[in-house]
This record gives sequence, C-alpha cells and structure tokens, in this order.
Amino acid sequence: MLLEVRDLSVSYGDIEAVHGINFNVEKGELISIIGANGAGKSTTLRAIMGVQEVRSGRITFEGMDITHMPAHKRARLGIRIVPERARCFPQLTVFENLQMGVYGEQAALKKELDGIYELFPVLRERSGQYANTLSGGEQQQLAIARALVSSPKLLLVDEVSMGLMPKLAAQVFEVLRALNKDKGLTILLVEQNALSSLKISDRGYVLETGNIEIEGLSSDLINDSRVREAYLGS
Amino acid sequence: MSIYMINVATQIIIQAIAACGLNIIVGHAGQISLGHAAFVGIGAYSNAMLTTVGGLTFWQAMPISLLIVGLVGLLCGLPSLRVREDFLAITTIGINFIVVAIFQYTPALGGALGIGGIPNVELFGFVLKARPFFWLCFSCLVLVLAISLFFTKSWLGLSCFAIREEETAASSMGVSPVRAKLSAFVLGTLMAGLAGILYAHYMKFISADSFSFPFSVTLLSITVVGGLGTFWGPVVGAVVLGILPEVFRPLVDYRMFLYAALLLMMIRFLPGGLLGGSDLLSVKNLRKRKASATKGGDKS
Repeated sequence: MLLEVRDLSVSYGDIEAVHGINFNVEKGELISIIGANGAGKSTTLRAIMGVQEVRSGRITFEGMDITHMPAHKRARLGIRIVPERARCFPQLTVFENLQMGVYGEQAALKKELDGIYELFPVLRERSGQYANTLSGGEQQQLAIARALVSSPKLLLVDEVSMGLMPKLAAQVFEVLRALNKDKGLTILLVEQNALSSLKISDRGYVLETGNIEIEGLSSDLINDSRVREAYLGS
Repeated sequence: MSIYMINVATQIIIQAIAACGLNIIVGHAGQISLGHAAFVGIGAYSNAMLTTVGGLTFWQAMPISLLIVGLVGLLCGLPSLRVREDFLAITTIGINFIVVAIFQYTPALGGALGIGGIPNVELFGFVLKARPFFWLCFSCLVLVLAISLFFTKSWLGLSCFAIREEETAASSMGVSPVRAKLSAFVLGTLMAGLAGILYAHYMKFISADSFSFPFSVTLLSITVVGGLGTFWGPVVGAVVLGILPEVFRPLVDYRMFLYAALLLMMIRFLPGGLLGGSDLLSVKNLRKRKASATKGGDKS
C-alpha cells in the first residue's frame, strides 16, 4: 500500500475540519475525493503533504509513519502536490519554477524537461517569462509540470479544474488520466467537479462535512443515486 | 579626487556593503530585518577589541570577527526566523536594542566612551589610509557583489526566492524554509560584519550610538530606495542616500526626516525602488517590454 490514512483528524483552532477519516491509495491507482465546499477535501490533501498540522490519526507512506514529518522531507520521499490555484512563484520565470520542482537535482530536470514540454507546449514557448504573466490556465499547467518534473511517487492534485475554462479542464483531466494509465503514476485527486474526476478515476470517496460518507469504485459511484442527487445534478 | 570626496566615497561604499547583506535578507529571502546595524556593530566591536586589546593585526582579526558575527547571526536567526512579517520586524528591532545596550553598558567594551585608538590597516608594511583604504573598501564591495551574484544563481538563492514568494509551495517541493532563511540571514549578517570591520578601521573610534536603530533604518532605506532584490540596488541606494546629505548639508538635522519622506515617496510611487519592478529604469522591464512588442503582445 502506497498511502494509508487512519483516523485522520485535522482542525483549525477549535474548529475540526476533518473528523477521523480512513482511506488508502494503492500504487498505480487514481483515486478521487469528491465533496462540496468546506467538506475538508483540501484540508485532507494539505495534511498528507504536511503543510497542515494533524490533530490525531496516522498517515503512512510506503509503510513509513510520516504523520509528523515536515513537508520538505515528505517532498523528498516523492510526494508532490499541485496546489489549489496553482501557487506558482510569480516573480520567477517559468523555467525557474520548473527548476524549483526538482530542487537541487539539475540532472533530473534535463531528463524530464522534454517530456514536460511535450505535454504542455505552451510552457516551452513561455519558459523565459515570469510566472505572473501567464494566464490562469497556463499557471495551472505550470503547477502540474512543476510537480511532475520530480517524477513523484504520489501526486496530490487539489481542485485542478477550478478557474479553468471547460475545454482546458477537460484537457487537464485527460493529461492526468494518461499519466496514470500510461506512466503508472499514482494520483490522489480532490475535486468539486465530481463527474469529470469520477470518470477518470479507479475508486472514489465522498467527503461530507469532514466525514467519508460513501466509498467505492468510481463506476459504481457515478451510478449511485445519493451521489447523483447531491453532486451530479440529476 | 580630493580627500573630502574620498571620505564620502569610502562611507558610501561601507554602507553599500552592509546594504548588500540586508538586500540578501530582505530583498532575496523576503525576511524583513530592522536590526541590521547590530551586526555591523558586532563586526566593528569585534575587530576593534581584537586589534586594540588583543593586539592582533587587521588581517588576523578579520576572520575571527566574521566568525563571531556569523555565530551571533545564527543564534539570533534561529528564534527570530520562526516569526514572520510584523513580528519579525519587531524581533529584529529588539535585537538591535539589546546589542546596543550590551555595547553601552559593558565596561570591557568601553561602555559609553566607546573604543578609541583602533590601528590603521597595514598591508605589506604600507599603511592603508585615505586613498589606499578607499581601494580596500572598494575591493571588499566587489567581493560582496560577486558573492551576491553567485548567491542569486545558486540553488540556495533560488530556494530563497521561492520561500519569499510562496513559502508553503516551496516547502512542498523539498525546500526546508528554516534552513534557507537561516542561510540567507547568516550570509547577510556576515556582509554587515565586514562593513563594520571596515568602519571601525576607517573611523579609528567607535561607540554604541553609531550602530543604534536609526542606522538600521538608514540601511533599510538604502536597500528600498535602490530596489529590493536587485543586484545594483544597494550600491545605487547608498550613492543616492550618501550624496544627498552632503548636498543638503544645511539640512543635516533633518536627515532622518528626509529619509522617512523619501521612503514613503518610494513606497507610494516606486515600490520596486529605483532599479526594481515597474519603473522606467528597470532593465528587466525594458527587456520584457521589447519582447512583448516583438511578439505583438499576444496572450492566449
């Protein structure tokens, strides 16, 4: 098992956002966590990355307890996040942003760069530009590329479709699907866009106000009446 | 050049060296520091003590003084870099006041009388005064600028920029925020220490007052006016703020007032400083504008 989350609780001050959830991710899987605003999806991802403190519970990565490991050490273990709203480094160029992705390992960047540019041709065109001159969609692509250059073992993707035009969002989902199916990349996807993310994923979890309410194969979830009613609008 | 001009130029260069250090801490790593003068002071006092009481030469004392400054910088940086922004500003002001108080109330450090009789710098039997001393300071500035340039091109520099822009994102990419900030802080304080060492042997007499809070504000003004995070910013800032008081000699009592006014004007009209951001002098901007002009300014 690549990632195992047991009884995870996360709180902001006195307010508990995630109440003891359990889930796991196997190597090579693409997992969706869907849910409404404020359900605790992003909080869960941030806790796995280590940028949000955990109140109780345990997170294990490749059999190693990482619950209290600082974020930069988890990054070196091979966990990478595509954060909500991209979070590119605005005053660094596109290329420097990608360099940050492989922090300290120039050789890795050289090896991966061509593949990345093939995936996102616009980044090659704009490699010398400052990230804050990119459009929202381009920044989102840059954020994904920045996470991918390090060849992560587990890719966490937070609300990647947010603020993207539908066509671009569809492209991004297609890229994620291809990375998973063709390259075997393990992906944990957190999305409000339930249908798109369930369509490309193997299994899914439905998070509601900090609890996992429903879990199962994505193909079953798409047909589940409760999911349909609450998230798919029919 | 007349002796008067050499004196002004030497002072400008010493301030530029200290400002280069502050530029690394504030400009590159994005950690506000309002106590930079303290580290100039520690450099100055260390070398003054080692050469007067310790009987060492300038060159023997310098590495020891730098070591002391670096260690104190590390000790001060460890707790203070855990806080951010306003709190960091207050903490660094605190460091400044504590260090000045130690200079002032420790009899061994000369107390309120300061330390006098600091020897001249000698090199191969020649006494470096006036013009030769200016060239010594100038070489130090070149060295400091070279280190700054190397820093900005290094992985450490890149990680500091990343921390400045998006600390959380940077940490999720394998950058240890504490280590990056601390490295920048220590590198910056070492440059301040070097400026202090030169200052002590230039003035031949030092006292706690010279390194008090207003000097930290001056150094920050230099860095902001020149352009935070730019290569030439600290030098340009030091030249502008060094020459202004000489030109406006009659207004010398209002120097701090002028600095404050200048700082506010910069923040209002040129937030990137003379060399940074969105202004006409910015070379980077010019290049970017040219590039977008040739592209026809298209953006998909």
